[in-house]
Amino acid sequence: MINIHEVIETNQMIEKENLDVRTITLGISLLDCIDCNLEELNRKIYEKITTKAKNLVAVGANLEKEFGIPVVNKRISVTPIALIGASACKKPEDFVTIAKNLDRAAKTVGVNFIGGYSALVCKGMTAADRLLIESIPQALAETERVCSSVNVGSTRTGINMDAVRLMGEIVLKTAEATKERDSLGCAKLVIFCNAPDDNPFMAGAFHGVTEADAVINVGVSGPGVVKTALSTVRGADFGTLCETIKKTAFKITRVGQLVASEASKALDVPFGIVDLSLAPTPAVGDSVAEILQEIGLEFPGAPGTTAALALLNDQVKKGGVMASSYVGGLSGAFIPVSEDQGMIDAVQAGALTLEKLEAMTCVCSVGLDMIAIPGDTRESTISGIIADEMAIGMINAKTTAVRLIPVIGKKVGDIVEFGGLLGYAPIMPVNKFSCDAFVKRSGRIPAPIHSFKN
Amino acid sequence: MKKTIITVVGKDRVGIIAKVCTYLAENEVNILDISQTIVQDYFNMMMVVDANNSKKEFHRIAEDLEELGREIGVIIKAQHEDIFAMMHRI
Repeated sequence: MINIHEVIETNQMIEKENLDVRTITLGISLLDCIDCNLEELNRKIYEKITTKAKNLVAVGANLEKEFGIPVVNKRISVTPIALIGASACKKPEDFVTIAKNLDRAAKTVGVNFIGGYSALVCKGMTAADRLLIESIPQALAETERVCSSVNVGSTRTGINMDAVRLMGEIVLKTAEATKERDSLGCAKLVIFCNAPDDNPFMAGAFHGVTEADAVINVGVSGPGVVKTALSTVRGADFGTLCETIKKTAFKITRVGQLVASEASKALDVPFGIVDLSLAPTPAVGDSVAEILQEIGLEFPGAPGTTAALALLNDQVKKGGVMASSYVGGLSGAFIPVSEDQGMIDAVQAGALTLEKLEAMTCVCSVGLDMIAIPGDTRESTISGIIADEMAIGMINAKTTAVRLIPVIGKKVGDIVEFGGLLGYAPIMPVNKFSCDAFVKRSGRIPAPIHSFKN
Repeated sequence: MKKTIITVVGKDRVGIIAKVCTYLAENEVNILDISQTIVQDYFNMMMVVDANNSKKEFHRIAEDLEELGREIGVIIKAQHEDIFAMMHRI
C-alpha cells in the first residue's frame, strides 16, 4: 500500500513545486467537414468541434478534483486549415472567416486556445497554402484564441526557402496588425521544421492528417519539481545528477499518463500521447532557467549552458519514455524567454543572447521561442533567423521552431508585457548585418544526406 | 474498489482526527488505514478510505473536507489513490 511519505511527496510537488497537467488537448480531424461552399464548411466545422469537445472542459475540471492536481489548460487542435479550406477559399479573407469560426467554437466550448490554423509547406505551397499564410496577420488580429503554425522544412524534404521568405514578411505584418497590443499576434504564430502531428502544446499544436478522427494528447510539466529534486544533490557527480532528473521525470510523466488515460475514458476518445515537456511559466519556481542554475550555471547563457541543457533534455526523455505507454509531441525542455522568469533575468543581466539561444535549440525541444526583438527588424533578417533555425532542425532530424515577436515601436532594452501565461520580455538585440541576397534566392534547400555524419 | 486518500496537514491540536472521523462516519465512508508523522513541525496524517458506499459524490466529500479543514485550521485533501500509485509504483 502507498505510504504516507509517498503521499506527502506527491502533494508537495503539486502544492509547492507547481507540478501540474499543463494541457489536455483534444485533437479533432476536420477532414470530413470539407465542402466547396464556404458557409457550409464553416457550419460543419463549428458543429463538429462543439460536439466532439462539448465535455472537454468539464472532464478536465472533474479530473482536477478527483486527483487533486491542477489541469491548467484545456485546448483543441484541428487538421491544418489550409487543407480543410482548400476547395472553399478563393481569397485570404475566406480563410479569415474560418479563423473567426474556430474562435467562436473555442469560446463556445470554453477552451483558451485552438490550434491548427496551419499550412504544411515543407516542400511546396499549393494556392490554398499561400492564401492561408497570407491571411495569418488578419486572422490573428481579428481572433483571440486561434493559434497558427506553418511547417516550412523537414529532414526528408529540405527547407522551402520561398516559404521562409514569405514567413519573414508575414511575421512582420502580424506584428503590425496587432501593434496596439504589443504585437501579440506573433505570440500565436509558430514556424516549424519537422513539426510533430501530435504536439499538445500551443501555439504550435495541430491535428496531423495521419491521426485518428479524435485523439487526446496530454502535456505535463513541472520544472519546479526537477529543480527542487536537484537542490538535494548539489555538488554530486553527473551520474547522480542524471539519475535524479530521470527519476523525477518518470514520476511527473506517470501523472500525465494517468490523467490522459482517465480523460480518454471519460470523453470516449482514444489516448494519443503524453508529451513530457518542462514548460515554464512566469511564476517563480516554475522555471527551466532555474534548473540550469541548479545544475551549476550562474545564469543560462554562461559557457556550459548548451551542455547542461543537452543533459537535462536527454534525461527528461529517458525518464519520461518508460513512464508512459506512448510518449510523443515535443517531449523535452522548453526554453521560451518571456514565459520564464529565470530566462528574462539572464537576458537582463546580459548573460543570454539570441545567438546563444540558437545554440541551445540544437539540443533541446523546439527553438527560438517567445523572443521579443525590435519592431524595425527587417523582413529578410527575420527570414534569415528562421532559415538558421530550420537548418538546425533539418540537419539534426529534430523539431525546431521560431516564435519571434518584432514589437512595433519598441527598441532594444524596452520591456514588453504580454500578460498571463505569455509573460513579459526585454527586447533583445538582433545581428544587424544583411542577409538580403541569401533570402532573395528562390526555391528550396535540398534534403540533407544522412550518411557521413559529422 | 477505488480507494481514496485523505491527507490532513497543519499544526497539531486536540480533536483533528475526531472531527474528520465523525464526518466520515456520518457519510458512510469506511476507514481502512490511518498513519501519521511529523514533517518539519507539521502534523501530517493520511487515511486510506473506501468512499464507494457513501451517498455523496466524491467531489462533494472532497469539498466538505476542505471546508472542515478551514474550520479547524488545517489543510484537508481527498484524492483518488491512483495518482499516488501511478507515481510511486511501477
